[in-house]
Amino acid sequence: MILIKQVAIFLGLWLLGELISFFTHLPLSGSIIGMLLLVVGLELKLIKTKDVKDVANFLLNNMAMFFIPAGVGLMCHYHILSQEWLPISVAIVVSALLVMTVVGLIMKKRS
Amino acid sequence: MKELINSPLVHVCLTLLVFIIAKKLQKKYKSPLLNPILITISVVISFLLFTDTPYEDYERNTQVISFWLAPSVIALGYALYSFLEEIKADFKKIILSMLAGSLTGIISVFMIAYLFGASKATMISLAPKSVTTPIAIEVSKQMGGIPSLTVAFVIVVGVLGAIFGQTYLRLIGVNDPKSVGLSLGATAHALGTASISEKGPDFSAFGGLGMALNGVSTAIFAPWVIKLLLMLLY
Repeated sequence: MILIKQVAIFLGLWLLGELISFFTHLPLSGSIIGMLLLVVGLELKLIKTKDVKDVANFLLNNMAMFFIPAGVGLMCHYHILSQEWLPISVAIVVSALLVMTVVGLIMKKRS
Repeated sequence: MKELINSPLVHVCLTLLVFIIAKKLQKKYKSPLLNPILITISVVISFLLFTDTPYEDYERNTQVISFWLAPSVIALGYALYSFLEEIKADFKKIILSMLAGSLTGIISVFMIAYLFGASKATMISLAPKSVTTPIAIEVSKQMGGIPSLTVAFVIVVGVLGAIFGQTYLRLIGVNDPKSVGLSLGATAHALGTASISEKGPDFSAFGGLGMALNGVSTAIFAPWVIKLLLMLLY
């Protein structure tokens, strides 16, 4: 029962997020709005920590697994990857270094 | 037999089994190159090619797994909430670095790909490369990118960050737990965070924070930035 209640809270937040996304035309997906709703709900004590804790930890610990089906879809894009490997690899490596530099130096400078 | 092989039961079992074994392998050999996601995706693709199964069938059969993507994004709200006190203490600095980092990431990857002649769909798929996959998928899908391509980019960035991130940060003189955690979490999401988790709870806490904040920031800003850049370039 405890797990069912917790799962129901997550699915309820998701549904609420989807509805808000649909009616407000915000450029945010239902799941992102659901995430923000969860923070607000916990902070305002509308949702109790103990009512989301176990399922939240389960979902966070296994996050990686849930996107494997999407990752396998890579097999459909073999041609894009072989054609555009140069722009893709340069962009990924340089951009990752830039992000680390920007975040690292701002945090260091002002601490 | 063909019907059994191409069934939700077999495809879900295969995915879970390979993932569990890959996780054990990584735990045993501790090599970031033995990334469980990378291994599982490769094994599953080989299996599908070997059994001559179209991706669409596998995708449909494993909906019971991918269904939990959105709830896991929502669960990030719980992680964010548990860091709330720490965020409040250093609010301005953290927010500034995260905003700068997330905008740098989106704009630089997009523009470099453009300059090197990538296609529009590739550029959009690259834009959310630094954030945790569920958010990256959502942004990519929403803006006309290719979600599965985005997933591949996210994994590549994560693995690169896990292998080279710490060394690079040491090179530019960034050493304290807060800065290292936020930088790696913001750049290489869960994989970057995992690579420093052994250094102490403060490293992993701020890694998680960087991952969550860059995720939120990218989810909010990426669509607008992509729209703007596309308008300017095309």
